[in-house]
Amino acid sequence: MKAVLLAGGLLLAFLAPAAAQIRGTGDLGIVVERASGSVLIVETTNRTVLSRVEGLGDLSHASAVFGRDQRYAYIFGRDGGLTKLDLLRAEVAARTLQAGNSIGGAISADGALVAVANYEPGGVRVFDSRDLAPVADIPAIYADDGARSKVVGIEDLGGRRFAFSLYDGGQIWLADLADPERPAITRFPDIGRLPYDALVTPDGRYYIAGLFGEDGLVLLDLWRPDPRPRRILEGYGRGEQPLPVYKMPHLEGWSQAGDYLFLPAVGRHELLVVDRRRDFAEVARIPVQGQPVFAIARPDGRQVWVNFAHPLNDTVQVVDVPSLEVVATFSPGKAILHMEFTPRGDQVWISARDSDRVVVYDTGTLEELARIEARKPSGIFFTARANRIGF
Amino acid sequence: MRELLVLLLLLPGPAVAEEAPPAERRTELLYLLRQDCGSCHGMTLAGGLGPALLPEALSDRTVEGLAEVIRAGIPGTPMPPWGFEITGEEARWLARKLKEGIPP
Ligand code: HEC
Repeated sequence: MKAVLLAGGLLLAFLAPAAAQIRGTGDLGIVVERASGSVLIVETTNRTVLSRVEGLGDLSHASAVFGRDQRYAYIFGRDGGLTKLDLLRAEVAARTLQAGNSIGGAISADGALVAVANYEPGGVRVFDSRDLAPVADIPAIYADDGARSKVVGIEDLGGRRFAFSLYDGGQIWLADLADPERPAITRFPDIGRLPYDALVTPDGRYYIAGLFGEDGLVLLDLWRPDPRPRRILEGYGRGEQPLPVYKMPHLEGWSQAGDYLFLPAVGRHELLVVDRRRDFAEVARIPVQGQPVFAIARPDGRQVWVNFAHPLNDTVQVVDVPSLEVVATFSPGKAILHMEFTPRGDQVWISARDSDRVVVYDTGTLEELARIEARKPSGIFFTARANRIGF
Repeated sequence: MRELLVLLLLLPGPAVAEEAPPAERRTELLYLLRQDCGSCHGMTLAGGLGPALLPEALSDRTVEGLAEVIRAGIPGTPMPPWGFEITGEEARWLARKLKEGIPP
């Protein structure tokens, strides 16, 4: 009997490594393959692809957040699909088609709630992060006739609170889900025309929404007992005719470097720099080579990397923060869609959709470190996002 | 047999009677439509920040009207003008394709 047990134990010990290789998840991430409904699970230590997971629906414009254990990614598809992906097993842990058309989502600080911003039906839906069971539904009704607005710019604010903006309605809403059955909503109407995206600063203090229909952004100081929206950078276009925008800029993700925030101008080939410590006064306008889409600060805040809208989207520019100057311009491939830094900022991973590859750079030397084949790659998301407000 | 094929290809069928850009350009336009128009209208054209561009949604629009919107954009909204890279003929071809529906 003992012998059998022993043999069984040996067999298990023998099988175990293949079944469950022990590894951490701090250097893992995903690359969205937008056209084929698949994601690559990658690791940034040796810069390799671990696996490809398919069957996630329409992933054009997909984004992801991570559970606090950095094992599960929650992926928001364009078609309303919400997928919980197990990075260690490389398999779908749960999936739901929660709306007809969605734009992104956020996860609560305690990791319990995943909130999705939807275009159709316009509103926010909230799910239990364990099994994606529905928890709350917040229709974005903004007019007396019951009209619903597309929702954009959803951000976590700490606690079980989220902020988001109503694109058609021109409003910002705060939702507190301390009691998930009865979300407490605070509405700020008349913030301006066509808010298209938003960000929250890394400390969770300021929620800033970009407006498409006006030259300016809206700022909400969430540390005030009675927050009130107010304008910053008002009239930055000086009334000049804006240039056409062939892809909407993105605000989410950190564009804060030290006291400065770097914001893509809309309809101008400029980055607008404001100083948090001087009441968000404009510090500089940095001329860049096209309509900026993402302006993302390296985690240490020393550099800001910028990509651009069609048709000038084969180029990336690097801004040096101390001098506020563009110090590098180069082309990692065709149609650069996204950039993601490793947790300490030593590497940046850049997706080149029309070159079917991701290119990895050393951010210190700007040397290319690796090229990774991927099918029409778009968003790149690393697990370190789990630890940051606004990611 | 081969002659017959060539003949058939040369015959002005209904598709040829309506102006159409050369095959290579058509491929480029369809790629642009899915990927770059898709960034606002959705890769499947079912809608995003911009409205759906599926046949049901466009049934009451004329080809001319749609082509005009594509080339000139809609001022005061995010819909940008594409005239700098899409000709009138190409825009009308795209508009017809949109109204017919484009297989994935
Ligand atoms: C930056 C975002 C954006 C891009 C890129 C974009 N569109 Fe649009 N488009 C819009 C928006 C927003 C509207 C709706 C404007 C309104 O009326 O409020 C629109 C409207 C339209 C309409 C009118 C639809 C109707 O029902 O009347 C057509 C046609 C159209 N777009 C075609 C295109 C084509 C073709 C492309 C690519 C060559 C394209 N769009 C790229 C944002 C965009």
